[in-house]
Amino acid sequence: MKLNVTGLSMLGFAGRAAANTSNGYNLPMGVTDLSHEIYDLHMMVFWICVAIAVVVFGAMIYSLLRFRRSQGAVADTAMVHSTKVEIVWTVIPVIILVIMAVPAAETILKIEDTRGSELSVRVTGYQWKWQYQYMNAADGISYFSTLSEDSNFARQLRSGIDPKSVPNYLLSVDKPFVVPSGTKVRLLLTSQDVIHAWWVPDFGTKRDAIPGFINELWFNVPLGKEGTYRGQCAALCGRDHGYMPIVVEVVSPDNFKKWVEEQKADLKQAAAADAAPVKTAQLLK
Amino acid sequence: MAHTHSTTHDDHHDQPEAGIKRWLFATNHKDIGTMYLVFSLVMFFVGGAMAMVIRAELFQPGLQLVDPALFNQMTTNHALVMIFGAVMPAFVGLANWMIPLQIGAPDMALPRMNNFSFWLLPFAFTILLSTFLVPGGAAAGGWTMYPPLALQGGNSFPMLIFAIHLMGISSIMGAINVIVTIMNMRTPGMTLLKMPIFCWTWLITAYLLIAVMPVLAGAVTMLLMDHFFKTSFFNAAGGGDPLMFEHIFWFFGHPEVYIMILPAFGIVSEILPTFSRKPLFGATSMIYATASIGFLSFIVWGHHMFADGMPMAAQMFFMMSTMLIAVPTGVKVFNWTATMWRGSLSFEPPMLFAIGFLFMFTIGGFSGVMLAIVPADFQYNNSYFVVAHFHYVLVPGAVFAIMGAVYYWLPKWTGHMYNMTLAKTHFWLSTIFVNVLFFPQHFLGLAGMPRRVPDYAVQFSDWNMVSSIGGFGFGLVQILFAIVVIQCIRGGKKASAEVWDGARPIGLEWTVASPAPYHSFTTPPELLPADTHRS
Repeated sequence: MKLNVTGLSMLGFAGRAAANTSNGYNLPMGVTDLSHEIYDLHMMVFWICVAIAVVVFGAMIYSLLRFRRSQGAVADTAMVHSTKVEIVWTVIPVIILVIMAVPAAETILKIEDTRGSELSVRVTGYQWKWQYQYMNAADGISYFSTLSEDSNFARQLRSGIDPKSVPNYLLSVDKPFVVPSGTKVRLLLTSQDVIHAWWVPDFGTKRDAIPGFINELWFNVPLGKEGTYRGQCAALCGRDHGYMPIVVEVVSPDNFKKWVEEQKADLKQAAAADAAPVKTAQLLK
Repeated sequence: MAHTHSTTHDDHHDQPEAGIKRWLFATNHKDIGTMYLVFSLVMFFVGGAMAMVIRAELFQPGLQLVDPALFNQMTTNHALVMIFGAVMPAFVGLANWMIPLQIGAPDMALPRMNNFSFWLLPFAFTILLSTFLVPGGAAAGGWTMYPPLALQGGNSFPMLIFAIHLMGISSIMGAINVIVTIMNMRTPGMTLLKMPIFCWTWLITAYLLIAVMPVLAGAVTMLLMDHFFKTSFFNAAGGGDPLMFEHIFWFFGHPEVYIMILPAFGIVSEILPTFSRKPLFGATSMIYATASIGFLSFIVWGHHMFADGMPMAAQMFFMMSTMLIAVPTGVKVFNWTATMWRGSLSFEPPMLFAIGFLFMFTIGGFSGVMLAIVPADFQYNNSYFVVAHFHYVLVPGAVFAIMGAVYYWLPKWTGHMYNMTLAKTHFWLSTIFVNVLFFPQHFLGLAGMPRRVPDYAVQFSDWNMVSSIGGFGFGLVQILFAIVVIQCIRGGKKASAEVWDGARPIGLEWTVASPAPYHSFTTPPELLPADTHRS
């Protein structure tokens, strides 16, 4: 069965240069509403931690500088207990935690709301590749996505190939996962062997693929954000855990329709080719 | 001290046996404590060597040194060796040495069991480390041993499980000993609330150990059954549930995290008051905070599994309960800060390590709060951010506390002062390198690098190289620690009974001579108000 996914570029709607919204030291802002929300939560909690750190570390550093025996500081041995102060520094953290928990809980509600999805894809983890089986309008399309050949050559022990010379080293696949933009895509995650995890940071999503379970996950890449998004398996799954990347090609809904038709035509052709010898045999009878 | 305690004893059995018998048949808490600590130091270097292999392979992208399978064996066994071989035995060693001295007991309550619980460990780790030599290599499914991956292990698999059973039995016996000793052998007048804080944190830790080590034993036994006896506890094809293992494992695993940090809290709570020349601030609330952390540790395990697919209500519950832990932990950090406030601080090596703990453990606490936020955890989970988080609480947290404890009590054990300059150099270099090693891992995780990978995309190259340089530096600097300790055992300036003369440390251990006599407190000492933090 031939599935011409790499032929996307010939249709003229190849993704733009790899989208990677991380600046190299912080969480990516991502491209979906959820990933933006998660980024905002992350930054809010981060700045709250920074503020607490300034106060707490400030008090520590002040003590270290101000109360040195070498500079004649005399210990105030009567200062051993203060119920008032202790109540204050128990209650204030509780309030801060509530402030953090409320928006976090609201985002959880959104993340878990998988209703109203327009495209469902069953994603199965294998040691060490991903299988994508489409449902709904794209029903019947199914293929595996494995580490691209050039990365695979370069990643061998002492291959002598400089990883920097390989485009998207360890983050490129032979056949990317193609989804439409502006569509709520729901993934049904499971595994055929051990536990894997499907993670694309730019979508703000991660979920385990567990044998015997079907986990749900959804994302909706807005129109205009078409492009290539990359991620990796995030659960130790054996020897080649580091070598089962995820590449998502987000295309416009029209181009997705074209892609589906092309895939289906290929499927039909393949089916016809499979059926042909049988017909000949019947004719001979 | 203004008073003395009768510790000398003209008994013929006062001297240790000569030669190897002293150690093989040891029932003396000091000898057993020494063996635990030496064993722990050896394991620290063994686990550290594995970490060096990991950081060397991750020095640059591409695979230069080890096969991915060997890399996974390294990460798996680095964790097992450091947790069960280095950190936990170090705390048991400190408990052995210090609990009887702190509560005025002649020895641990169950000395023969004490011997057994130590001597299981060399066998357990010989078995564990020998798996590197069996066909298929050592366990490579992560220290968490998640099935079905762990079940793919070769000959190493049953050996791993047997080794874990031995470690678990050893820990349980150690914990029983601590509880029985503390509950029955405190000197008259030492009520529980007057007991030193290190003993308190260990008492709570011991209960955690007894509660969860059997859970781990059950989990790994079920794995063993699935592998060899065709049961399907965790096999989905047989109607089992791979997620159930994770629940059982983390029901053990999260209290285990506190098993590795509560005694560290105790140590820091001993050191800071001494070198601040001021009693521990809010000593009673410190005890309650420790107990609440111990309790909460049983109801937060789900935060390890947010990305596993969990009912929404469970996500909310585990998020809230996890965040709640920040409250008693915060109380502790504030109390420590208040202990230094208006003190008279001096910066001997133990104090340096305690202060280092205070700053860097708090950084680990902050990333812990961030990890509790479920939506953000979907990004952080299984990334290097998690690696940075737990190494901050375990290395400049637990390990720094252990080193601080050694620097604090070493003169009491050996009777000699050690080389202060070298010890301070050890502290400063360790602090610099540990941050170079682990701080960039926050960046790597946030930028999207998963953990437990032998190779990575090229955008992660720079921070990995920085982290590796920090790793090599930190590894090398630990040789200084070994040098300081060995020099101190061999000789040095004579230490007084009080050791830290200018600081007037509080506690019964400072009333016995340095080195502590082979048998101490053969009759219960009188507890004077000056010997306890609380009046």
